[in-house]
Amino acid sequence: MEQGAETRAVAGGRLWLAAGGLLLLALASLFVGVADVTPSALLDPQTRAATLEALTASRLPRTAALILTGSSLAVAGMIMQMLARNRFVEPSTAGTIEAASFGMLMMLIFFPGAPVILKMTGSAAAALVGTAFFVYLIRRIPAHSPLLVPLAGIMLGAIIGSVTAFIAYRANLLQSLGAWRNGDFSLVISGRYEMLWLTLAFTLAAYLFADRFTIAALGADISRNLGLDYEKALAVGLAIVAAVSAIVVTTVGSIPFLGLVVPNLVSLAVGDNQRRALPWVALTGALLVLSCDMAGRLIVYPYEIPVGTVFGVVGGLVFLFLLLRRPARAS
Amino acid sequence: MPPETILPARRHALPPGLIVLALAAVVLAASIAFMTVGVKGNWAYVLELRGRKLAAIVLVATATAVSTILFQTITGNRILTPSIIGFDALYALLQTVLVFFLGAGRVAAFDPRLLFLLEAASMLALALLLYRWLFLGERRSLHLLLLVGVVFGLIFRSITQLLQRIMDPNEFVVLQDRLFASFNGVNPVLIGMSATAIGLVGLAIWKRRFVMDVLLLGREPAIGLGVDYRRLVTLILVLVSVLVASSTALVGPINGFEPISFYGVLVANLTYLLLPTFSHRFLLPAAAMIGILLIAGGQLVLETLLGFDSAVGIVIEFAGGLVFVFLLLKGLAR
Amino acid sequence: MIEVEGLTKRYGATAVVDDVSLRLPEGRLTAVIGPNGAGKSTLLSMIARLMKPDTGRIRVAGLDVASTAGEVLARRLSILRQENHITARLTVGDLVAFGRFPHSGGRPGPEDARHVAEALAALDLAPFRDRFLDELSGGQRQRAFVAMTLAQDADCMLFDEPLASLDIRHAISMMELLRDLCRNKGKTVVLVLHDINIAANFADGVVAMKDGRIEAVGDTGEVMTGERLSRLYGLPISVERNGGSCIVNYFRSRD
Repeated sequence: MEQGAETRAVAGGRLWLAAGGLLLLALASLFVGVADVTPSALLDPQTRAATLEALTASRLPRTAALILTGSSLAVAGMIMQMLARNRFVEPSTAGTIEAASFGMLMMLIFFPGAPVILKMTGSAAAALVGTAFFVYLIRRIPAHSPLLVPLAGIMLGAIIGSVTAFIAYRANLLQSLGAWRNGDFSLVISGRYEMLWLTLAFTLAAYLFADRFTIAALGADISRNLGLDYEKALAVGLAIVAAVSAIVVTTVGSIPFLGLVVPNLVSLAVGDNQRRALPWVALTGALLVLSCDMAGRLIVYPYEIPVGTVFGVVGGLVFLFLLLRRPARAS
Repeated sequence: MPPETILPARRHALPPGLIVLALAAVVLAASIAFMTVGVKGNWAYVLELRGRKLAAIVLVATATAVSTILFQTITGNRILTPSIIGFDALYALLQTVLVFFLGAGRVAAFDPRLLFLLEAASMLALALLLYRWLFLGERRSLHLLLLVGVVFGLIFRSITQLLQRIMDPNEFVVLQDRLFASFNGVNPVLIGMSATAIGLVGLAIWKRRFVMDVLLLGREPAIGLGVDYRRLVTLILVLVSVLVASSTALVGPINGFEPISFYGVLVANLTYLLLPTFSHRFLLPAAAMIGILLIAGGQLVLETLLGFDSAVGIVIEFAGGLVFVFLLLKGLAR
Repeated sequence: MIEVEGLTKRYGATAVVDDVSLRLPEGRLTAVIGPNGAGKSTLLSMIARLMKPDTGRIRVAGLDVASTAGEVLARRLSILRQENHITARLTVGDLVAFGRFPHSGGRPGPEDARHVAEALAALDLAPFRDRFLDELSGGQRQRAFVAMTLAQDADCMLFDEPLASLDIRHAISMMELLRDLCRNKGKTVVLVLHDINIAANFADGVVAMKDGRIEAVGDTGEVMTGERLSRLYGLPISVERNGGSCIVNYFRSRD
């Protein structure tokens, strides 16, 4: 907060540099894929129309969806880590993703004709209940067992997940469930992803609350001492997390451990003062997801590997590194 | 952690030895019922079929129950289960890799004994790698080990998905069949192999049944009482891995839908509830028998008598999940 | 000024704080002393609205603690508790700057910057400003939290065991700093202290607690007598005055 003007300028400069990098990558993403979209095809009058069509109907939406998903999921993970005061919490280690899937399944079964936004609201409500329950549960886990928190969350998620899977199996909706669990952007076309823009609003809201989340991370006592309405900060944070998870899960599918890996990397580099860290979290999340998706488009070309799968391997390895790089200090 | 916080002492309780004997009688009765209820036609054929099924159930139940109790003893915790360390994911990956690179036809023609040994050995290798690696430093914790195991599971699952995605669809169908746990039609030779492994491990554990009680006190008190903590815990982890590996290799992942099975958590906590003791010489046999009763008895009642198709696994998993949430709510996670 | 009336907090059948009434005038440094389980920390937590009392009223600087909005109270009253586990990676500068949150609402101005710089300097932390908290020693971290409380610049400052994990030099200089805040800036400072020698030499007034009740309250000289302290701790204690300083001795008189 109180850096000298010079260091602030340097830090700001780096952020702009990273944003520029993201922009370049996004541009490249527009021209990677099966359909032949190249700058020259765009210039050639004969192929221009078809190319433009592919660009606006598929490539642009896909790229936007990737950026929105990456940044919002990473920010959601960071908020959860601040509020739970635990470095290993994120939507997929707290039952949030599974609860969101459960909610969507219920909406599909009981209100199949409801508009998408209503179904998402149902899913978000379920995610909120599930996450709030998790936060309630982990208050009973002693502070000296930080790693028990994600373990309990993963197991809680597994319970919700198996109930959901059982119901989905009976209702013949197992396929939708599979899609929610594993992020895949190959089906993103214009008209089918626009809900993702809502996550942008939630990400911006998170930035407005950045200071409050940092203070909440100092604990309930210090928050109250500083006059922060701790319960309100918690409620706002959980609402953002639940909404983002529900939107992402039901539109493109979840990307496990993204919300865990990105905030930890950013925390190592710039710390946890959210005013400073959140823009980095959003940018890094977008960069990672975008590059993993592009890798997925290229590895088995002309086939595609879903980004959830690619990130499962990449993110898993980074997570391992994060777990093992420091001695198991109570942190 | 003092033992009484794990095992709430009850007054006016039956002596644990008596409970174990009673359990044994019930298991015997249930097994006889399991073998004989509703048999029509060719007795020799049905008995052989059901005998194989019962043997598989006994092995899997014993291995899971004993390994979960031991695991909870060394972690000082009632909610954890060894199934959380990506064994099932590794099993799925192995099957997928084999089918992907050799083709379904050639894998089917494999000697099942060789396959069993290969699967068991690679699961054991993973476990040993994790334990050796994470137990070397003084400050490494068991929770860390578990979380690393979970992450390995995630990576295995992702690679599995990746291979399945680019696999021939016909082979994929064959593969899916191999990935679901089944107590039916288990190869008798494999039952023998798995029984030998589980029996040997059982002997090794039985020899140490008293020193395991001391582990309930936690690391520092146990060391203070002269237990070679690291050696003992490493040994137990290895034994636990052998148990889990041989049962998974026998019938496949026990919970087809999900990466984690709560069957062990359920069995272990039912055992603590039924037996008011911390003594492993009672807990371990009782847990094994409760485990057998749950699956065999459950199949007998729900499937043979009531005619619910393949519902036992789901009911058990759900009950286990509820127990898990209940334990968390009671603040018993440590 | 802190006014407490008929304050009680129970856990089951035992009253941790039992019908306590108290007036602490402004501009004074008050030490709360007493044996373990006397209810000192609970009393402090209730005054600072971290804990709800079962019965009783608390007024700080004329504001009713139960009904005043959190952010209004935060400009008049601050508390620092004993245990501050933090998992977030913040720099010392970040942490101290958050002490200004009740005043700045997250948009710090030059006035806030001045307070932060002063607080950092007062606790010898200026060189550590850009260091992360998890890179500091226990004593340095404790000083960072105290600096945050100073930056908050409330009229009434409550500290629970602020000297824990400080070496003698830093403990003494922190007590001098707090006494200076009372003398020159009219702050009201209340500390829970276990070191009764520090209490005897720095506090203007002393509140002695035992079993949830107040055993004695008054000027330091009045309360800190051998007889009173012996009764309070159940241990033979003598108080020796030596020029300007005062030594509470609980060793020699034992045999």
